[in-house]
Amino acid sequence: MRLLGLAARRLAASLPALLLILIGLFLLLQLAPGDTVDALMAQMGGGDERIATELRVFYGLDLSVPARLGQYLLRLVQLDLGYSAIYGKPVATVILERLPATLLLMTASLSFAFAFGAVLGVVAARRVNRWPDTLISTLGLIFYATPSFWFGLMAIVVFSVHLQWLPAGGFGDVALGLTGFAAVLDIAKHLVLPTLTLALIYLAISLRIMRAAMLEVLTLDFVRTARAKGLTETRVVARHVLRNALLPMITLIGLQVGTMLGGSVVVESVFTLPGLGRLAYESVVQRDLNTLLGIAFVSALLVIAANFIVDMLYARLDPRISSGG
Amino acid sequence: MQFLRAYARNPAALIGAALVLAVLAMGLLAPLLYPGDPLSLAGRPLQWPGANPRFPLGTDPSGRDIAAQLFHGARVSLLIGFSATAIAVVIGIGIGALAGFYGGIVDTLLMRVTEAFQTLPNFLLLLVLVAVFGSDIKTVTIAIGIVAWPPVARLTRAEFLSLRTRDFVQACRLQGLSDAHLILREVLPNALPPVIVYASVVMAIAILLESALAFLQLSDPNVSSWGNLIGLGRNVLRAEWYVSAIPGIAILLTILGVSLVGQGLNDALNPRLAGR
Repeated sequence: MRLLGLAARRLAASLPALLLILIGLFLLLQLAPGDTVDALMAQMGGGDERIATELRVFYGLDLSVPARLGQYLLRLVQLDLGYSAIYGKPVATVILERLPATLLLMTASLSFAFAFGAVLGVVAARRVNRWPDTLISTLGLIFYATPSFWFGLMAIVVFSVHLQWLPAGGFGDVALGLTGFAAVLDIAKHLVLPTLTLALIYLAISLRIMRAAMLEVLTLDFVRTARAKGLTETRVVARHVLRNALLPMITLIGLQVGTMLGGSVVVESVFTLPGLGRLAYESVVQRDLNTLLGIAFVSALLVIAANFIVDMLYARLDPRISSGG
Repeated sequence: MQFLRAYARNPAALIGAALVLAVLAMGLLAPLLYPGDPLSLAGRPLQWPGANPRFPLGTDPSGRDIAAQLFHGARVSLLIGFSATAIAVVIGIGIGALAGFYGGIVDTLLMRVTEAFQTLPNFLLLLVLVAVFGSDIKTVTIAIGIVAWPPVARLTRAEFLSLRTRDFVQACRLQGLSDAHLILREVLPNALPPVIVYASVVMAIAILLESALAFLQLSDPNVSSWGNLIGLGRNVLRAEWYVSAIPGIAILLTILGVSLVGQGLNDALNPRLAGR
């Protein structure tokens, strides 16, 4: 019950930020040169002023800014994100079509970065300042410094062009008409390189955090007690140290979801994945401001949801949080 | 002096300083070694590195000298890195100092704004800013600064929260010194070291953000930028992969240098934590 109360409070606390983002972005986009109608007219190859005025009335662009902001927020509450003039569909539909690819990519990358970062961090901490630690820490530094889009391109050169092991882009071959297991396998094959590319920097960060957390926890008294009891070093690490060292890692996930969404813009462009990130890029190029605003809203929701899950996980791993208040 | 000696004892930190100095030298020497516009036609397009002694690193798909673009790109990357970091640090310190020093309603309001910025993925906000205000180099730099300040604000706030109740601050308060004096002359100097160290992280992020933006061809097309060159090389990736590979290595080494310097500064400031 206490956990639920905590959860509700945390969710309520994120509402002001969400509202600020929406109002801020909406006002910001009013400053953009040219609106959706201009973009539409350009796409149609020009047209006269009368049609433009009619279109503006049709899309409600002739009202004052505060009136439109009010309308926009009111519709958002009903989960109506407006209409994308470029795609000719409601924004919510466009986003929902693109969401699965991004969610899949992000989940895969986060899991990969978390799992391998934890393992490498533990290995490095147990051999601190010896060659495995030096090797892992150096690799971490290099991964951290590698621009993801460049790594993606180089991975395409090596694995798609030269070795021809993996596809260079796309999200499954629709032309093959695969079904069931074969289709899943096909999508997985397409996701290997994007996942590695997106995960690289987070792998570097999480292995560094894990290493530091392990070293920190290893100096605490209860670890000495566990050792004094005569437990083997492996058991000490697995049963006593790991659980405590994982806490900072979980905080990290909550912090990284937002930057990861940003990173997926670039990675999805490199691998031509039909995801939310590429949609954001396309809507910038096409000046589809309604869609851009919708993506920002959905991204903020995703970040809030991720932080919520992290809070819950945290409370489960560390009982002091939910009982202490 | 002692600080410098502590820094110099750390080999990784020295490598980092060497890398940063090398990039700095590249940027400074660019106008001497490669006078003229690096974005002008220099020779036959797509010559491999080493194929023509005039172009040691080859030419890009438009027949421009890659080495010249690399040197001039160092200038652009460092300039954007430094300026955007300065903007982010100034905004971050300003907001963090006010929030941490005054607490209460000021703190709540400022932290809500910070939270809002942190909830929105920063690359997405950068895209919106560029879409609205255009993508010449000044706008891009300011936009990166606007996107990158929240962690600086949080760090400064935390430092201020712990410092503002210390005895020396209370003593100054009793002397009737103004808030401005307390913030700028008493608390800030003590809060600064960790913020300076964190600035290296901000700088790495700023350089990466600019290169990602340039890679998507959303940054200033009229300046020679490493990310831009990688994006151009993408069209000829299958055969002439060196066009993308070379500037990518430059970015990697620069970020590596900046992070190593940051880590070295951190270790020199907190000798007890070194080796962690």
